[in-house]
Amino acid sequence: MGRIKTFSRRAFVVGSVAVVGGVAFGGWKALKTPKNPLSPPDGAALNPWLIIDQRGITVIVPRAEMGQGIQTTLAALVAEELDVVLSDINVEHGPAAQAYFNSALVADRSYELALEEKPSGWATVMADAFPKVMSLQVTGGSTSTIDAFEKMRVAGATARETLLKAASHRLNIPISQLKTKDGQVISPDNSQIPYADLAEDAAQIDPPKSPRLKPSSEWRYLGKSQPRLDQDAKVTGTAEFGIDKRLDGLLFATIHMTPHFGGAIEKIDITTAETMAGVKKIVVWEDGFGVIATNTWLAMQASDAVEVIWSKGSAPDDTEAVFHAIEAAFNDKANVEMRNQGDVDKALSSGEVIERSYRAPFLAHATMEPMNATALFQNNRLDIWTGNQSPVLIRDACADALGLKKDQVVVHTPFMGGGFGRRGTVDFALPAAKLAKEMPATPIQVTWTREEDMRHDWYRPGSICHYRAKLENGHIAALDGKMSSPSPAAPVIKLATGFDLAPEDPTITEGSHDQPYAIDHFRVRGYAPQLGIPVGFWRSVGGSQNGFFHESMIDELAYEAGADPLEFRLKHIRPEHEPAAKALETVAEMANWTSKTPRGVGRGIAHVWSYGSSVAEVINIRENDGMIEITDVWIAADLGVILDPAIVEAQLTGAAIYGLSAAIQGEITFANGAVEQGNFPDYDALRMHNTPRFHVTLLQNNRRMGGAGEPGTPPAAPALANAIFNLTGKRLREMPFSKHIGFLT
Amino acid sequence: MAKRIRVNGQDHDIDLPPDVPLLWILRDALNLTGTKFGCGVASCGACTVHIDGKAVRSCQVALEDVWGDVTTIEGHGKPQALSSLQKSWVDHQVAQCGYCQSGQIMQAAALLAENPSPSDADIDEAMAGNLCRCGTYPRMRAAIHSTAKMLQEA
Repeated sequence: MGRIKTFSRRAFVVGSVAVVGGVAFGGWKALKTPKNPLSPPDGAALNPWLIIDQRGITVIVPRAEMGQGIQTTLAALVAEELDVVLSDINVEHGPAAQAYFNSALVADRSYELALEEKPSGWATVMADAFPKVMSLQVTGGSTSTIDAFEKMRVAGATARETLLKAASHRLNIPISQLKTKDGQVISPDNSQIPYADLAEDAAQIDPPKSPRLKPSSEWRYLGKSQPRLDQDAKVTGTAEFGIDKRLDGLLFATIHMTPHFGGAIEKIDITTAETMAGVKKIVVWEDGFGVIATNTWLAMQASDAVEVIWSKGSAPDDTEAVFHAIEAAFNDKANVEMRNQGDVDKALSSGEVIERSYRAPFLAHATMEPMNATALFQNNRLDIWTGNQSPVLIRDACADALGLKKDQVVVHTPFMGGGFGRRGTVDFALPAAKLAKEMPATPIQVTWTREEDMRHDWYRPGSICHYRAKLENGHIAALDGKMSSPSPAAPVIKLATGFDLAPEDPTITEGSHDQPYAIDHFRVRGYAPQLGIPVGFWRSVGGSQNGFFHESMIDELAYEAGADPLEFRLKHIRPEHEPAAKALETVAEMANWTSKTPRGVGRGIAHVWSYGSSVAEVINIRENDGMIEITDVWIAADLGVILDPAIVEAQLTGAAIYGLSAAIQGEITFANGAVEQGNFPDYDALRMHNTPRFHVTLLQNNRRMGGAGEPGTPPAAPALANAIFNLTGKRLREMPFSKHIGFLT
Repeated sequence: MAKRIRVNGQDHDIDLPPDVPLLWILRDALNLTGTKFGCGVASCGACTVHIDGKAVRSCQVALEDVWGDVTTIEGHGKPQALSSLQKSWVDHQVAQCGYCQSGQIMQAAALLAENPSPSDADIDEAMAGNLCRCGTYPRMRAAIHSTAKMLQEA
């Protein structure tokens, strides 16, 4: 079996690094421990994740909180081993620093490896070293708990052992006679020393190299739902998002950039706008302008009053031309071939070949908090406050834009009002940095209008998929898939490396090539047109469209084979990955599965493996006045190791709602070289009244920890499409479905 | 000429043009940042506040039109003194990113003030204008029902 996907993924990693030049794997840079970026004014930083001072225990959670509960779960990892009360912990995001690289970012998370507890081998060492060498401090890819699981428990455990050693020295009592409890060292006579009193001594002691970690049977916090640390702030309006930053003398700004990607200003007249109420300054760039005023709304009013003529950009003119270019890319050389086993061409050269084509639109992220950043430039130093998923990239881009050294830029990362991949770029930070430089010593907050946000996204790329398949004795004998979509990885790689590469991008086909189906002749290829439209990572990335393509195709083949969609999947999945089959059986049991539904009711099922997790969903719909009403969604998910069940349940539910919103009504279209949608009335999402009931079961049959934030999204669209087919006999092969069928809204 | 408005029981003289929306007075002039900007066109509900107890979209109310006492999320309850609705929200661990939650809570508070035991259909109708991209709807619904139950038992 000539599977090449594992090697291809390495090629992606190694190829990117090789081009950066001078970066050697296995060398000192990859092995050296990054320096601890913390230097608290008093107390002590025992390691990059922990400060103990008179305020108490502060855990640095270097992954940004965007709703996924990461501050709570990562703090719990430290609390578990440090032996402190979770709710007593202060959490800070901390600075942008190499020490906080995300080691799970490019790890291999294929289902074949999910039954091994720990990754191993040279490939793993390299996948681990790449983010470190590149200082990739990134919140994304459903990686945060996986990356932190060992690191932050070790941080807690080493600190605890060092504090015990400090107490032992001070009391002249052997460590074996000391205990810890809730942030204190307890001596044999039951006297207590708070950790804070020992911290400075402990900081002078060499920490143990390999502290003992508790087995899961001894866990006090992990594996159990914890009260989230952010809830009180978030229900009282006191949680500080980037847009809420307030500083003395703050001025408020907005920007308006060319709506034509790659375009510029042809002609601009700011004379009326300049004289409007509250306006302090208008700054004109090549491709847009910024208005600084005393109030955000006044800035937005003045921005509307600027008369500007834009030159045309480089992107295709309209949606039809965009998809024409996507289709045309199938004539180019494939960008990736992530799976090629058996002999697909030979297998499909005879017998009846079933051909199906699917399509997915471009999508905006539409985070609730529009893009914004607040910047203060003074004494050759830039401070920037902005909710973001990659602070190191922001630091470097701002330094570059302002001609500063990296250490002259300080990035502050507050709560994000939604991320979903949008805030992994840097474009929302740069205008604030540039405007702040225009008015030194005055803090400037730049808030984008919703329209600016929706028309200047890094979109989930539109995609076209063609499948060819053959059935033999009710089994899929051959499956040949090809997908074409702009590469979402290319812009990020350009940001991280400075090079405009067209790397092999496995995300073009992920969600299809990596599915656990036993098919003798199985090939998936990806094609990457370059369209000049900014694209990026959108919750579950390739899985968001390819999960729909693949699991729709499987359903079509089940129908052609005259088989029940559940039984057909189990037959192909069980030989390949038992936990995935278990997830399907579990969800079927929860939903009391049958594809023989009563009149007016439809049921669909789908399973997608993504981010190291197995997620099966069943959707029940009913006809209501000629419209589709989604009544229930059942989810069974195997994440291997589950650290906080309530948070995982919320993530799976939210991710499915995000996927259903897009499947039903999400679509970004183009006209005159610009995005047509601007605000929620023309780019809406599910709301309270059309959100179905959710039923979630969590499984831990895989041994390796999988991701939580994204895997709930991919199965939602195909489960819905399959339910619609079951109800109406109509097979929807293009998203959004509301173009083809009415939904109760 | 400054216009006087009453917010969370306190008078403020606002010296801004009469057409500036209440949202931007709260956020940028009074630093009451709990009320959020989401769309500017009354389609997401993130900016929901109360005027004389009724839920309104503050992005659509011009300064000159503020007709009564304004209550924002900061006036509804505080971290040390949560309202019963906020307590339920915490009990159900509703918030994910949290950005829309001020508006959701203000909308739900207005609903419960008018209808102390809302049905699912009542909740659907009252909350339909409030968008949440994280998809916290199931837990919000549960939190509204719990609050109604708690208030009835009290």
